[in-house]
Amino acid sequence: MSTLLRTEHLGMQFGGLRAVGDFSLELAEGELVGLIGPNGAGKTTVFNMLTGVYAPTSGTITLATKTGNAEQIGGLLPHRITRKGIARTFQNIRLFKSMTVWENVSISRHFQVPYRLAQGVFRLPPFRKAEADLRSEILELLAIFKIDNKAEMQASNLPYGEQRKLEIVRALASKPRLLLLDEPAAGMNPQETLELMELIRFIKERFELTVLLIEHDMNLVMGICERLLVLDYGLTIAQGLPAEIRNNPVVIKAYLGEDAVHA
Amino acid sequence: MKNLRSTLLIFVVAALGFGALQALIVAEILDDYTLQILCVAGINVLMALSLNLISGFTGQLALGHAGFMAVGAYTTGVLLVQAHWLLFPALVAGGLMTALFGLLIGIPTLRLRGDYLAIVTLGFGEIIRVAINNFDEILRWAFNSPDMVGWTGGPTGLSGIPGYATNIMVNNPAAFLWIYPIVVLSVVLVMNLIRSSHGRALVAIREDEISAQAMGINLFGMKLTSFTISAFLAGLGGALYAPFIGYLSPPGFDFLRSVFFVIIVVLGGMGSITGTVIAGIGLTFLQEFLRTSAKDAGNGLVVLIQQNLFPSTISAGAWSVDLVPLSQVLFGLILILLMIFRPGGLMGTRELPLTRWLTTPWWRKKESLP
Repeated sequence: MSTLLRTEHLGMQFGGLRAVGDFSLELAEGELVGLIGPNGAGKTTVFNMLTGVYAPTSGTITLATKTGNAEQIGGLLPHRITRKGIARTFQNIRLFKSMTVWENVSISRHFQVPYRLAQGVFRLPPFRKAEADLRSEILELLAIFKIDNKAEMQASNLPYGEQRKLEIVRALASKPRLLLLDEPAAGMNPQETLELMELIRFIKERFELTVLLIEHDMNLVMGICERLLVLDYGLTIAQGLPAEIRNNPVVIKAYLGEDAVHA
Repeated sequence: MKNLRSTLLIFVVAALGFGALQALIVAEILDDYTLQILCVAGINVLMALSLNLISGFTGQLALGHAGFMAVGAYTTGVLLVQAHWLLFPALVAGGLMTALFGLLIGIPTLRLRGDYLAIVTLGFGEIIRVAINNFDEILRWAFNSPDMVGWTGGPTGLSGIPGYATNIMVNNPAAFLWIYPIVVLSVVLVMNLIRSSHGRALVAIREDEISAQAMGINLFGMKLTSFTISAFLAGLGGALYAPFIGYLSPPGFDFLRSVFFVIIVVLGGMGSITGTVIAGIGLTFLQEFLRTSAKDAGNGLVVLIQQNLFPSTISAGAWSVDLVPLSQVLFGLILILLMIFRPGGLMGTRELPLTRWLTTPWWRKKESLP
């Protein structure tokens, strides 16, 4: 399998605080990798560097393009990175609250819309055709997740679980190759988490995605991730198969403290 | 198809309204004074529409729209007075010149967020006003000719702007013929913009900038586009104003005027075009009513109180009160009350379902609700 994303010695320094130091990761196409670690370990900072919210202060991020070339994406603006095929969801849901469900999804398609602003303002033929196509495409996508009947509902009126789902659908609509999920199970009950695990497995197959996810819910992480990376204080302290990580004394120490290792 | 029909329908309704108003003018039921206020209302609607696009829909608070209006008004005015341009090209030039100003101001300022943008646009609005005030002096200095006749008239103002009609007595009806269609067209086109992918992108920026950017929206590019279009419309508002009023002076485009446009937008609902239209017309008439009728109304009320509660004082002379100085206070009071009872503005972010009312027969109304 070929490499989709590679980061080398990635670092992020906020003034005197080193949030992430020397983060190296290689993601093969089609992998499902988990990024775990205690609170404040720098997981979300890694996501923010990968998606362009922060420009890394050191190191490189290389993305394999659709044509197979390698391209540096570190420090690009977020919308540029999204257009290159990396989509994300947010830890605290960031939907466009006052917009409807289908409008939320349509935002991710904006950069692919085939008409120009003036053609939309004057309602020229390319506009009509493109809007009709866009709408039916989005309804199809919503139907896959069984929320097409709520297409006209305001996003903030959806129940919590469906808001999380909508965030994932919205990310998928930009047709990414790499999907970054930031704590997708936050605030979910065990039943919902189980359904989410199914959902993540399903979209990974259905949309031929590579997935990198941050999660605290160990059932989810151990259940679906093929490989894990553990961060603590901005450094990678362990990586490997879920079973290896589970019994790794360094990881247990990071999570539970010194005593837990000997207990 | 539904979209095309609703657009056509708006035009039909607008044309009918236009015809009705024209009939009222011809029948002399609508007097010249009311017509004049209607023209001012139209220009105010256009200005507020422009502000709503950048502040209500895109979420970037701008406080310098009087400055944009001044650029449009002076461009058109100077072209008409000094260069003897025809009316239509002068109006377009007023809009385009302001769009250019918007672009140039937008490039450095739209990188700022929230309050900072408001402060900077406020500053630019004032800079434009002061620059116009001193424009002729600068010209004389630049050309090193102290006797040169200026362009803008500086503090004395730019007078003698040719009107919409050569006969000044019919300037208001002629102005109405221009202002009404241009405002209707602008409203329809902005509505079209909002209901396209680009418009949704603008609203997404208002809702959550970080999220919008993560979904592939070019934040700076979209904001700049919105700001430039907004400046164009504001310039057009100013351009329409110049031949209507015939005389321009810098103090007329001060901060208070910018605030008046903000009030229209907030009161109508940030993010509602029909709200802007309603509030724009309503507030223009309300202000005019308070300015002209406050005295009569106040006197009537005081005399009523005197007659009913203090009849013994009538012999000493009728009471009178001048409410005109209070009209601004009353205006403020009405705004405060409206904000208490409708904090999101009259319409919030909703639109009047005008097309649904018009396309759905009354007997099917109940079941046709979504």
